[in-house]
Amino acid sequence: MAMAPARRTTRGGIRKGEALSGWILSAPVLIALFVFLFLPILMTAWVSVSDYNGHGSPLSGKFSFVGADNYVAITSGGGLQEKIFGWSLRNTLWYVVLVVPIVTALSLFLAVIVNGRVLRGRGFFRTAFYFPSVTSSVAIIALWMFLFNASGVVNKMLSWIGIHGPVWFNDPQGIFTALLSGLGLKEAPAALANHGFLGVSWWSWIGGPSWAMTALMLQAIFCTSGTFMLLFIAGLQNLSPEVDEAAIVDGATAWQRFWHVTLPQLKPVLFTVVTLGIIGAWQMFDQVFSSTKGGPGNTTYTLAYRAYSASMIDGYWGQGMAVAFILFGIIILFTILQRFWLRDRPDMPRPPKKTKGVVPS
Amino acid sequence: MRKNLGKVWGAAAITLAVTLALAGCSKTTPSTTTAPPAPAPSTTAAPTTTAAPTTTGAPTSSAAPLTILFGSSGDAETNAIKAAAAAWTAKSGIPVTVTPATNMDQELAQGFASGKPADVFYISPGALAANADAGNLWAYGDMLPNKADFYPALVADYTYKGKFYAAPKDYGTLQLIINDDLWSKAGLTAADYPKTWDDLHNVAKKLTSGNVTGLVIGGQYERLGAFMVANGSNLMSVDQTKVTATDQSNVDALNFAKSMLADGSMKFAADISTGWGGEAFIKQLCAMTIEGNWISGAMKADAPNVKFTVVPMPASPTTGKQGTLEFSNGWGIAADSPNQQGALSLVEFLTTTEQQIAFAKAFGPTPSLQSGTAQFNSEFPAMKPFADGVAYAQGVPTIKGASTVLGDLNNQLAQLAKSDPAAILASTQTELQALLG
Repeated sequence: MAMAPARRTTRGGIRKGEALSGWILSAPVLIALFVFLFLPILMTAWVSVSDYNGHGSPLSGKFSFVGADNYVAITSGGGLQEKIFGWSLRNTLWYVVLVVPIVTALSLFLAVIVNGRVLRGRGFFRTAFYFPSVTSSVAIIALWMFLFNASGVVNKMLSWIGIHGPVWFNDPQGIFTALLSGLGLKEAPAALANHGFLGVSWWSWIGGPSWAMTALMLQAIFCTSGTFMLLFIAGLQNLSPEVDEAAIVDGATAWQRFWHVTLPQLKPVLFTVVTLGIIGAWQMFDQVFSSTKGGPGNTTYTLAYRAYSASMIDGYWGQGMAVAFILFGIIILFTILQRFWLRDRPDMPRPPKKTKGVVPS
Repeated sequence: MRKNLGKVWGAAAITLAVTLALAGCSKTTPSTTTAPPAPAPSTTAAPTTTAAPTTTGAPTSSAAPLTILFGSSGDAETNAIKAAAAAWTAKSGIPVTVTPATNMDQELAQGFASGKPADVFYISPGALAANADAGNLWAYGDMLPNKADFYPALVADYTYKGKFYAAPKDYGTLQLIINDDLWSKAGLTAADYPKTWDDLHNVAKKLTSGNVTGLVIGGQYERLGAFMVANGSNLMSVDQTKVTATDQSNVDALNFAKSMLADGSMKFAADISTGWGGEAFIKQLCAMTIEGNWISGAMKADAPNVKFTVVPMPASPTTGKQGTLEFSNGWGIAADSPNQQGALSLVEFLTTTEQQIAFAKAFGPTPSLQSGTAQFNSEFPAMKPFADGVAYAQGVPTIKGASTVLGDLNNQLAQLAKSDPAAILASTQTELQALLG
């Protein structure tokens, strides 16, 4: 840190060969990154523009470049491949839009509670909330299938308050569609039912996640909020109590202190949680793989599962890798966007207007 | 100086590591290097790694040990296959490794992609076309000495673009399964076993009371298709060159099913929160279901006290004929196997009548050979309708991409009660037609 920058460029004396040592010492990581990260990405990119069919290595020279054919097949033409890709995109989008904010809010809420000084037995609750995160999500899904059975525990509990629960894992109806039909709108307006995007009608796009997907979303929320709670706790414990005390002296209420003092200071943690949440949500795979496998009515296909099923099960390797590559692009795009939204704006601590431009002493 | 030496060593080690890593990534090792010289005369020079011509041409031959990859239903199946493989090894002197797969499709695909697949493996008709197109399979069917003995419907399952790829291993057909107690409780006797669809509808109505539904089946083509076959059609022609989904016979078949759904004498398994017809039958939520011979294993395990009878599928009123769907499994041999000759000999051994009867006794599959059926029926008289059904059965479409189309069809069939069968079949027609190109 304290080193003068000019020294780095000198090639002689005691610093001689430092650059080489640096390369050598970082080589294992660089090689690992290349072999396990960049190479697979490059291979995926190649397979997605080739006619690879699963026989032998994609680099064996037997396969030819087909341009954007695979991408065209899954995004146009009105065929089944386009339709399933459309459903996968729609389902994953709903999953991200609903799971990420809920998980973030819930884990922050849990962290604040567990971190509070008034709560007795904090250690117990911390462990209890974190426990689902260390349990295998496949094991929890197996449990979920029982809980959300049509005659299972969840529907039994709903029946106590007079609600006739859905057939969760077999019900392709979107929750908003169900809500609207409960309000009397049973038939889709023709404008929405007859037009659509990627082979899926607008009515289906706005219908929300199906009951099956909702059950999977609840499982994800249950499983991941503990991990993020831990990150928030770490963030909360890093905050200096003096700032909070100063706010108390200034007469701020508890809510004001949380909203205007604590939360802005947690922004780096918030960024981490939202980034990890978004990436994890877009990559949602294992729950679908171990339960519904895309059904009912295509409503639990996610992009990651579709990439797997198109290539491994159906033998459309190029199309599967095209889905994977589109997913890769989406994740990068969302991470950049969200970095942009949560960036440190120069006016972020909102200095009073009159002092704007004045360098604080 | 010492420091520099260390650096040199470090650099050398890293260069070595990079080289190893890259070598590990590239596919340069020819599959024949490990195989000892071929004893049989058929090999000239060609290893089996080239793409297109592997499905024909002379089989590879070597003393290389073989592997069998299969999706096992349980210990009984695994042990039976191990015993059969050991018996063959004793005869041939070629060691065989038997590997039950945990995720068959995926492990098979990984093997093909790596260039070192299992030599012999289970293959389902649904996986045939994609793998045959990719050049993963060796089409050895015509070399089987007992080729003519396999049931024609099964040979059709494993014939793609005119080539017979794999020996059928076993099959199951859909038949009507009846709960004896519920049957007699409704005042019905053996004389009332339905002969036609109308009979079926009538007894289903009689059997429906309380929480018991007359007939519960899976709401999917793989069950409802039996009615289409009985009506004289199916989604595709038998040789799978023509799409016939919109045939009026198919629409009529679905309309019949819809009429049974309408009066509640039939329900789909998912609608009463069960995974398949068998589960509803085990829980005695229905008096009848339409399932294959696999239900007997489930009954033995989960409902040993429920007595049931298997009766043949009722006949269609329009054609007067029975119809059902048949599901089979076969033995595939990899195009990349270094010892195809040995693999073929192993498959011949595994598909002999004696061996198939031994498998039937061990874990219940129906022999795929016509010469095995008589012995199977005398051994398992209760299963006779399943075995006999192959005479009037058809397979499900297996062209590349068909499984996705069937998945989409099943999504729509699940809502059959409130949909128009003709519209459902029209979309399937379009989707299957798109696959034929």
